[in-house]
Amino acid sequence: MTISEIIFFLFSATIVLFSILTVTSRRILRAAVYLLFVLVSTAGLYFMLNYHFLAAVQLTLYAGGIVVLIIFSILLTSHISQKFESVGFKKQLFSGIAVAAGAILSIITILNYGFNSTIAEPDNPTMDVIGKALLNYNRNGYALPFEVISILLLAAMFASIVIAKKDKKTD
Amino acid sequence: MTTGIPLYYFLIVSTLMFFIGIYGFLTRKNLITILMSVELILNSVNINFVAFNRFLYPDQLQGHFFSLFIIAVAAAEAAVAIAIIISVYRRFTNIDVERVDSMKF
Repeated sequence: MTISEIIFFLFSATIVLFSILTVTSRRILRAAVYLLFVLVSTAGLYFMLNYHFLAAVQLTLYAGGIVVLIIFSILLTSHISQKFESVGFKKQLFSGIAVAAGAILSIITILNYGFNSTIAEPDNPTMDVIGKALLNYNRNGYALPFEVISILLLAAMFASIVIAKKDKKTD
Repeated sequence: MTTGIPLYYFLIVSTLMFFIGIYGFLTRKNLITILMSVELILNSVNINFVAFNRFLYPDQLQGHFFSLFIIAVAAAEAAVAIAIIISVYRRFTNIDVERVDSMKF
């Protein structure tokens, strides 16, 4: 077993274990912290695949931004010490069966599908390449999705301010 | 770094993560925990994109860039969803999906 295999199994075990804890924990703040562990281990997988910029974005935006946002909204809407009532056995059973069936089916399909191995020269994108590709509108350029995303972010920012703002009439 | 690790290891990890997210989506009742399950699902899709990019087409960067865009969309989605959750909490004073069952008008 090579060192990279050991690191990979460590990351994937962390991902699976803490994903399960995220969806089953009965304390909501703990669930958010478990989600943080999952997202950080995913960034580790991106580092293993040599996409360093993507891993940095994952760490700052997901682990830094979204988890903090979720924790803030938890603090605004629930009591820290509050525990959820446990899910009904019937619901747990049927959801578990559906999910296990889907997972087994997908994994069997993945194992039976022969992926073509490639001989292409791997390309490790540097910051330079990524920045130029985002603003390039020729082949292998991503100027259009980049602009669409920026408009989406603007719209989402306005929308969340308008929705979360207090209604003056009701107070 | 990925020598000796076949592609389907990554796909199995992301499949497990995806279906755990779906389990949470089906069984949870609090809106914020449902949002966390959706984040798990989006994240597993990202792993798929990046792994396919690295193993099957390493000379191109489509998977890498669309993972970046998915992360941005997920951030926007989380922001709007949390605004809606806070607005719902103001009106109903709780965010349990089974108790929030009437619309504004």
